[in-house]
Amino acid sequence: MSIDTETARRVAKLARIKVDDTALPALAQEFSAIMGFIEQLNEVDVDGVEPMTSVTPQRLKRREDVVTDGSQQEAVLKNAPDAREGFFAVPKVVE
Amino acid sequence: MSELSKLTIAAARDAMRKGDVTSVELTQACLGEIDKADILGAFVHKTPEIALDMAKAADARKGADAPSMNGIPLGIKDLFCTKGVASQAASGILEGFKPEYESTVTTQLFEAGSVMLGKLNMDEFAMGSSNETSVYGPVVNPWRSDDRELTPGGSSGGSASAVAADLCLAATGTDTGGSIRQPAAFTGITGIKPTYGRVSRWGVVAFASSLDQAGPMTKDVRDAAIMLETMCGHDPKDSTSADLAVPDFEAMLTGDIKGKVIGIPKEYRMDGMPNEIEQLWASGTAMLKDAGAEIRDISLPHTKYALPAYYVIAPAEASSNLARYDGVRFGHRAKMAQGDGITEMYEKTRAEGFGAEVKRRVMVGTYVLSAGFYDAYYNRARKVRTLIKQDFEAVFADGIDAILTPATPSAAFGLGEMADADPIQMYLNDVFTVTVNLAGLPGISVPAGLDKDGLPLGLQLIGRPWEEGDLLNTAYALEQAAGFVAKPNHWW
Repeated sequence: MSIDTETARRVAKLARIKVDDTALPALAQEFSAIMGFIEQLNEVDVDGVEPMTSVTPQRLKRREDVVTDGSQQEAVLKNAPDAREGFFAVPKVVE
Repeated sequence: MSELSKLTIAAARDAMRKGDVTSVELTQACLGEIDKADILGAFVHKTPEIALDMAKAADARKGADAPSMNGIPLGIKDLFCTKGVASQAASGILEGFKPEYESTVTTQLFEAGSVMLGKLNMDEFAMGSSNETSVYGPVVNPWRSDDRELTPGGSSGGSASAVAADLCLAATGTDTGGSIRQPAAFTGITGIKPTYGRVSRWGVVAFASSLDQAGPMTKDVRDAAIMLETMCGHDPKDSTSADLAVPDFEAMLTGDIKGKVIGIPKEYRMDGMPNEIEQLWASGTAMLKDAGAEIRDISLPHTKYALPAYYVIAPAEASSNLARYDGVRFGHRAKMAQGDGITEMYEKTRAEGFGAEVKRRVMVGTYVLSAGFYDAYYNRARKVRTLIKQDFEAVFADGIDAILTPATPSAAFGLGEMADADPIQMYLNDVFTVTVNLAGLPGISVPAGLDKDGLPLGLQLIGRPWEEGDLLNTAYALEQAAGFVAKPNHWW
């Protein structure tokens, strides 16, 4: 299957990765090669096969619904590129 | 060249218990070797002060009942979060990130008294098979056959190079599609990926969560058994961590494999496979037979579809896992232009912070998960994954104890040699290892011979789920029969 430049642009947008217009054709070509490789999966008869959800047959453990952690504001913000007054700071998101 | 840094974990442990050597001496020897080996590019964040403090603490605790890993100097892959020490997953997007917490694996190793020498280079976010996608630059394999610099493999390339060059006694690695076993094979060392769920993933930067497992990279099988035991165990902080007892793996190394049934899968005989790999595989088979194992031809019919299924599932999970790198909570944030909003901030940050291979995989993952394609790609790949696992279940049900395959389709190749190849060519490096991740099984790479140019080649053994002890014992028998003792010439 061939991926066109417009699809490459849309995928980059969905992935929130800026790609310059000039780089889109090469990207589309790479996607096409990878998707071509993946197309082999269409040869497999998967009728009635369950998609795998867990590779080991384990039930997720349950635990008491209690607070086990918290009150670590300083540690949580320590690595933030921009932290102010105890919050992560980002550009304005509400008009 | 220090003799101390060449020791195995077992030899160093025994020498420390006897009082013949201290952890400080071992650690200083390793630190000296590390400083002389910058050209290999293996250690990217050195932590000599932390190392010496840890070594002193280990020496204070030593004695006959100190844990096996007490005082053992290790390299730690950059993918593991280590408190207060740079943990970047070899990515520009985590530039400057110093975790406020310690991964479960490193916590367990350090509580057992191990010493951290520093952080090891790798492919960015563990995505790669040659250690060329790292923001720090490539790692060089200590093995060489001519003037070319060779790859140590990837993604745990720094770990492999550091252990092979005797910069540390052992190292941690992680394996999503072969990232422990392929570099181990390329550098003549031992590496085991345990059963999915054996080792906690907590605090290990996530690539593809349903495939990622950490494991040891060591100088021999005994060391793999010792170190793996310390890394294993149930962790409430990882919901997929198995609540199972961890056996004494070292005690299971008897070398007796009489009556074990070893499967040889016909689908692993690939077109165009180098003759040397074929011969190595045949001689490994003969060795196990001589050791008393029964050899049986088996079929794993969906093998061919493992790589394409992997290249749907792993990028899909990566696109989700890597969504967290948005310039808000940690790491790099791009400089913004006038009028830029939060979307531009995300897009510029991720464009600047991620390397080409990571971007490619995140976008492929985004595509296969996007509306209209989810069923055709992602769900189909998960169904194929079920079939791949059923292939293994069927042969184990028929009485197969372990499966022998080549570890890699070739010996180490030159750095830069694959630069112009399409991405699929690089992906083919994982053709023998990726099935094991998809099926969640334990797999180990054991050095078994040299090619015509004198470069190491490895064989892979695949075991039943949770039976790492039995697998390690079969690997131990193979190691003894193969008698691999070659070391790279010291040129660095």
